[in-house]
Amino acid sequence: MNKIDWRRAFDYLLLKDFIRGFKLGFKYFFKSKATINYPYEKGPISSRFRGEHALRCYPNGEERCIACKLCEAICPAQAITIDAGPRQVDGSRRTIRYDIDMTKCIYCGLCQEACPVDAIVEGPNFEYATETREELFYNKEKLMENGRKWEHLLAENIKLDKSFR
Amino acid sequence: MDFSQGFGLIILIIGQCLLITVSVLLSLAFLMYADRKIWAAVQMRKGPNVVGAFGLLQSFADFLKYLFKEIVIPAGSDKVVFLLAPLITFVLSLVAWSVIPFNEGWVLTDINIGILFIFAVAGLEVYGVIMGGWASNSKYPFLGSLRSAAQMISYEVSIGFIIVGILISTGSLNLSKIVLAQDGSYGIFSWYWLPHFPMVILFFISALAETNRPPFDLPEAEAELVAGFQVEYSSTPFLLFMIGELMTVVLMCALISILFFGGWLSPIPFIPDGVLWLILKILIIFFIFSMVKAIVPRFRYDQLMRLGWKVFLPMSLAWVVIVATLAQFGISGYVRW
Repeated sequence: MNKIDWRRAFDYLLLKDFIRGFKLGFKYFFKSKATINYPYEKGPISSRFRGEHALRCYPNGEERCIACKLCEAICPAQAITIDAGPRQVDGSRRTIRYDIDMTKCIYCGLCQEACPVDAIVEGPNFEYATETREELFYNKEKLMENGRKWEHLLAENIKLDKSFR
Repeated sequence: MDFSQGFGLIILIIGQCLLITVSVLLSLAFLMYADRKIWAAVQMRKGPNVVGAFGLLQSFADFLKYLFKEIVIPAGSDKVVFLLAPLITFVLSLVAWSVIPFNEGWVLTDINIGILFIFAVAGLEVYGVIMGGWASNSKYPFLGSLRSAAQMISYEVSIGFIIVGILISTGSLNLSKIVLAQDGSYGIFSWYWLPHFPMVILFFISALAETNRPPFDLPEAEAELVAGFQVEYSSTPFLLFMIGELMTVVLMCALISILFFGGWLSPIPFIPDGVLWLILKILIIFFIFSMVKAIVPRFRYDQLMRLGWKVFLPMSLAWVVIVATLAQFGISGYVRW
């Protein structure tokens, strides 16, 4: 026959664990809540946050991207597709097609690391859910628009990030 | 109109039934909300807070949602039994309220075996779970219902013995008389929780097991059985199961406050008694029920059975003998008749 652990049996009988648990539960009952009321409140986001992509422009309105295709080459998910060609106005090398399949993208940030002119960046926006899959196939137009929309934040984030490089 | 006989009497009884049903169901909506809020607060969450002010109308939103969803009946199920099971759970848990005295004379049917009636109805409630699990014709529900049957039966035994102790002290099976027997000159200290102290805790824990509340929610252990006997249920039948279960919980709260905490009696002698005291007691015990749900991890099945048969049963049985002996020698507090 097994030896009885009297001490343990006594604690068990007096519901010691239960009372301690109840006290702890009661303490937590009055603690302030950790919940963030999401659509109305949002948590802090790092300046290095990797969210929705954007194609940036220089302050004078010239697009940064020079169609070097480094981002396309490094993309591990092969989400980026680029066609390069001479621009009609001045014949300089530019992209005539820049597509990102956002459903393939794994948000690794390698494209913005590879970019020599800081053209393709991942911005702080993460709320771009869509109703259809097709809407997530981003083209150059959409990416440029994102760049215009988020430029002030993107420039600031890049500046903040400088000290870490 | 003459309410003492014939047609008037029928109207009166139906009116009383409706009053109890509506008030119990309405308060249940808010108790469900309170339950979720308390659970959330312990886990440092906010809980429901969107529907109505502070989310107060959450239960009604849920109610409407359940009502408008499609009822899915599995192809292999026994359809009649499948739909009958939640109905049984619901109706039985509602029926038990008919003998609960809310105040002196405020009781639908003042039968002199009230406590036995509740005990019988609570025992029948196993059928709702078993039928639901069996008729689903699926493995998880079946296992869940088997567990539930064994669990409810084991804890009913100890609940029965605890009640026997109270009956020896009171000398009556009538719930009103049990409350009145606790009416003494010491207020809170003349209630049965003091002379029957260890049994209050035993009864409370057994009530947890009897109503399938955590930490004894093995029949629906979501980690192992998904949702136990409720797996195949959806929409209104599921709603009936849920309401039935919560109503049994509140019934157990009411039963604890009537058996051990003097029902509608006031805790301080010179403050008048009344139904508000019973409601307050139910709310306090319900709060502890909810806290237990939040803080205690689920028991293993063998631990549950060991606790029921090897700890609770001998303890409650010994207590019956002790109370009988003390009552025989007329020790005050143990004999009130």
